[in-house]
Amino acid sequence: MMGAFLAVLRRDLALALRAGGGAGLGVVFFLAVVVVTPFAIGPDLALLGRIGPAILWIGALLASLIGLDRLFAADGEDGSLDLMFTLDLPLELVAAAKGLAHWIATGLPLVAAAPLLALLLNIEPKATGALVATLLAGTPAITFLGLIGAAFAGAFRRGGLLVAVLVMPLTIPVLIFGVAATTAAITGPVPFGTPFRILLGLALGALVLGPVAAAAALRVARN
Amino acid sequence: MRCIDELRIAMWRAGRWQGTGTGGIMRLVGEGLACTRGLRRLFAALDFTVEAGTALLVTGPNGAGKSSLLRLIAGLAVPTAGAVRLEGEGADPEAGVAEQAHYLGHLDAHKAALPAARNLAFWRDVLGRSGLGVEEALETVGLGGLGGLPVAVLSAGQKRRLALARLLVAHRPLWLLDEPTTALDVGAQARFAEIMQAHLARGGLIVAATHAPLGLSGTRELRLGRIAVEEVPA
Repeated sequence: MMGAFLAVLRRDLALALRAGGGAGLGVVFFLAVVVVTPFAIGPDLALLGRIGPAILWIGALLASLIGLDRLFAADGEDGSLDLMFTLDLPLELVAAAKGLAHWIATGLPLVAAAPLLALLLNIEPKATGALVATLLAGTPAITFLGLIGAAFAGAFRRGGLLVAVLVMPLTIPVLIFGVAATTAAITGPVPFGTPFRILLGLALGALVLGPVAAAAALRVARN
Repeated sequence: MRCIDELRIAMWRAGRWQGTGTGGIMRLVGEGLACTRGLRRLFAALDFTVEAGTALLVTGPNGAGKSSLLRLIAGLAVPTAGAVRLEGEGADPEAGVAEQAHYLGHLDAHKAALPAARNLAFWRDVLGRSGLGVEEALETVGLGGLGGLPVAVLSAGQKRRLALARLLVAHRPLWLLDEPTTALDVGAQARFAEIMQAHLARGGLIVAATHAPLGLSGTRELRLGRIAVEEVPA
């Protein structure tokens, strides 16, 4: 069963990292949002430093949603999804493997790019560590909540906006506590650990809820 | 011919379906199946039994519900009424029919960007690696040496052969085949008939929706379609 899980993970990674797979798209979008923002706000370094974490988080949230609509839809169109129903591997774990592959291909590069982009937003070095930690915990949560929307998009053959509409409200708590933890690390007065632990809790909940709900959506919609 | 013999030997070695369970010969039983698509009732009160070593050909005009019946058996659609089960010696009572069946639909389930061998290796890994190796399977369906090519550059017939190879890389007793010989040339059809015959000889079961004769011996026919246009009463 572990072998089957890893096989799904490897295949989805290979597809995402291949030219035209769309893994780079998220990072480019992230880069575009963050680079453009200082020009729009103007040369107020203090303001930039204060809202920088929020801008990085919004960029990461939106970039994480890119490509989710194709996650199950592509498998549905070529017939792979039908066969996924006939595996010994439970559909929940198929969804989890696909989510993990999607996060490694699109979420992890965002986390890696964040320290560099933090420089552009005048975020202090000590806050950069906090920012990376919150993104590392928060982006998997967004991707796994996004699995629910991805399953609906795949099942009902309505991609694109449906994912954003369905998933965005679910990710608001992640955004709130992600930004709160980063701000706490910069200005206080709440210690960084307090909101960060809630963020970790949200992430763990999403890791369980996402695949289970996605598999349920796929099962209901089959026919 | 050599490939087919090797296939027989490999299937015999795997011996997955010669368990010592009770309850007689393995059989697929459908009882009182009904299927409604939209407002159209495709079939109702459909009963059938397929015993190990035999094939059931599902025939009928377009829209009669052949594909729907196969999807019902594979667990990909939910019947309006009735149930399907696999019972008898060698059937796993814990698993559903779907987990013991190969479903070969209209779509080949390949990723066009990945090489043929990579696609097949993926299905071999997730379906349980209980059959032939990737190279052997490609050899058997006549794609030897083409495993490195991306599926995108294969012809329609070659893609179909690759989908057929999936039946060989993992042992499952029940084969559900929806128009399996579409796009296959005459030689490939004959070879596939040998592969199916070998599967039946090993005690496998086949349910195939088809318009063309598949060249199998020992088959029965289930004809759908007489009630195909009956409206469902409101």
